Amino acid sequence: MAGMILLEDVSRVFQVGETRVRALDRVNLEIGAGEFAAIMGPSGSGKSTLLNILGLLDRPSEGRYLLDGHDVTALDEGETARQRRERIGFVFQFFHLVPRLTAAGNVELPMMLAGLPVARRREQVARLLAEVGLSERADHLPGQLSGGQLQRVAIARAMCMGPGLLLADEPTGNLDRATGREVMALLRKLNDQGTTLVVITHDPEVGAQAPRRIVMEDGHIVSDQGP
Amino acid sequence: MRSRDALSLAWNTLAHQGRRTALIALAMAIGVAAVVVLTALGEGARRYVLDQFAGLGSNLVIVLPGRAETTGAAPGVLSGQTTRDLTLDDALAVSRLPGVARVAPLNVGSVQVSAGKLSREVVLLGSSDALLPVRNMRLGQGRFLPAGPLDRADPVCVLGDQLRRELFGNASPLGQWVRIGDRRMRVIGTLAPQGQQMGFNTDETVVVPVATAQQLFNTPSLFRILVEARGRSAVDGVKARIRDLLKARHDGEEDVTVITQDAVLATFDRILTALTLAVAGIAAISLAVAGVLIMNVMLVSVSQRRAEIGLLKALGAAAGHIRILFLTEAALIALLGGLAGLVLGLGASLALGQFYPDLDFTPPLWAVGVSLATALVFGLLFAWLPARRAAAVDPALSLSRR
Repeated sequence: MAGMILLEDVSRVFQVGETRVRALDRVNLEIGAGEFAAIMGPSGSGKSTLLNILGLLDRPSEGRYLLDGHDVTALDEGETARQRRERIGFVFQFFHLVPRLTAAGNVELPMMLAGLPVARRREQVARLLAEVGLSERADHLPGQLSGGQLQRVAIARAMCMGPGLLLADEPTGNLDRATGREVMALLRKLNDQGTTLVVITHDPEVGAQAPRRIVMEDGHIVSDQGP
Repeated sequence: MRSRDALSLAWNTLAHQGRRTALIALAMAIGVAAVVVLTALGEGARRYVLDQFAGLGSNLVIVLPGRAETTGAAPGVLSGQTTRDLTLDDALAVSRLPGVARVAPLNVGSVQVSAGKLSREVVLLGSSDALLPVRNMRLGQGRFLPAGPLDRADPVCVLGDQLRRELFGNASPLGQWVRIGDRRMRVIGTLAPQGQQMGFNTDETVVVPVATAQQLFNTPSLFRILVEARGRSAVDGVKARIRDLLKARHDGEEDVTVITQDAVLATFDRILTALTLAVAGIAAISLAVAGVLIMNVMLVSVSQRRAEIGLLKALGAAAGHIRILFLTEAALIALLGGLAGLVLGLGASLALGQFYPDLDFTPPLWAVGVSLATALVFGLLFAWLPARRAAAVDPALSLSRR
């Protein structure tokens, strides 16, 4: 598999008062296109920092990040936003849906930001909501949906621009077991269709579904078991 | 992002913060309404004063005894001392100047007028037959002062409309005798009702030949000489010729003040326009206050919506997108408030017009445009800081909080 994600000696240092905290310490990682990797580890091990860097929400303090072969370490703000918009989808533990927008409106949001024509947006929203089994709920506000439904809307939103990379931060962390399984099945289905999937999780059951499991501790990758 | 989408997202946010939006819009509305009402008042006053002046006659040149420059105060009787009086001969000389259409010498004083057992104190105008056209007066019944030499003191008078009613009721006063001061005079005509003009009520006056007035007041001098030029273009020439003529007649001393109605009008116009602009400016301060309110509320909104802003960034919004969204919200509030303010202001102006029907309180079009534009500019200006702060939100940090 070609290297979709390539991290070379990536460190992330935070200044907390007078103390410098190395959340990531010279991390090297390669994830191929179409892979499904689970990043696991205790709280404070650097999982979220790693996900933020992979998702271009944060920049490394040191090292280099190549996404699809392009160095994205030092892109300007506008170009970084464009990369996020077009290549990366996010799924969060707390769903992060805009409470004022309907399910359809939330799914449409990234396409609005991209300036896509209305007709194409509507078509894409209908298709994605059908894929996640929520066509009937298109006009519901987030407050009228269950946790599992909220996460499915969030997944539809993450996929609306057809990103090659899907990053999920504890996607089942706020759901009951059965619903969590449904959500993971949906994510695996997307992975089967070719989307690279990186999931951060505490849940061993979720981790066990991933062909590759990366374990972090104190900002280092301590184990990388995979295909 | 398309502007229509930015508008729709901003509108969605505002609609879901209904009360907050309404309160800020109300502050803007009050500011805009204040600008509209105050400029309407200023403009109403300006139009009223200018109309009153215009009603006094057209192409008018007014000669007053004394010079404003020499006394440092208003000329004529107001300044107290004058070096040389204006006389009927001066008025006659002026009437012969080229470009002069009519000359109405004027004497003014207070007299007791009585008819039968009725009597009252009124203002008496001593003038000539030219006064009627020069001052745009209208005749009610009979005829006005007879044409003829200015120094002929005919014992005749023309009564103002209210004076006629008070002295004669519904009976015709024409041909009747009245006592004015210590003289008896025959009523030859009455004036049509005209009401107040520049604070002077023509309806309560009596007009007599100027020579008669001079005898009554025992004075050879005139209060003013009203001169009507042959056209607008002749006004400046007539003004200069009058000054030269009277200087020559007064032993080379420039001891009269010659003003044109246009100059007076222009001065009043300038003063009242400045006044209107000043009150509009003061009212505009309230728009700035509303702008500060927008800034405060939006700053609170930015900190409450950090997660949402972080989400938008994660979904691919650039800092520019976030700025545009917040500025669009501010612009929409300012516009909403501005439009409500216009309705409020126009309504208040209409209501004022009901209370004072003599004045036209239609706000000027520029005030409508400027107040709306100022609301928009202040809205955007004060939203700039919150919008910048929103654009700078760190997505990783804001999304890490629940």
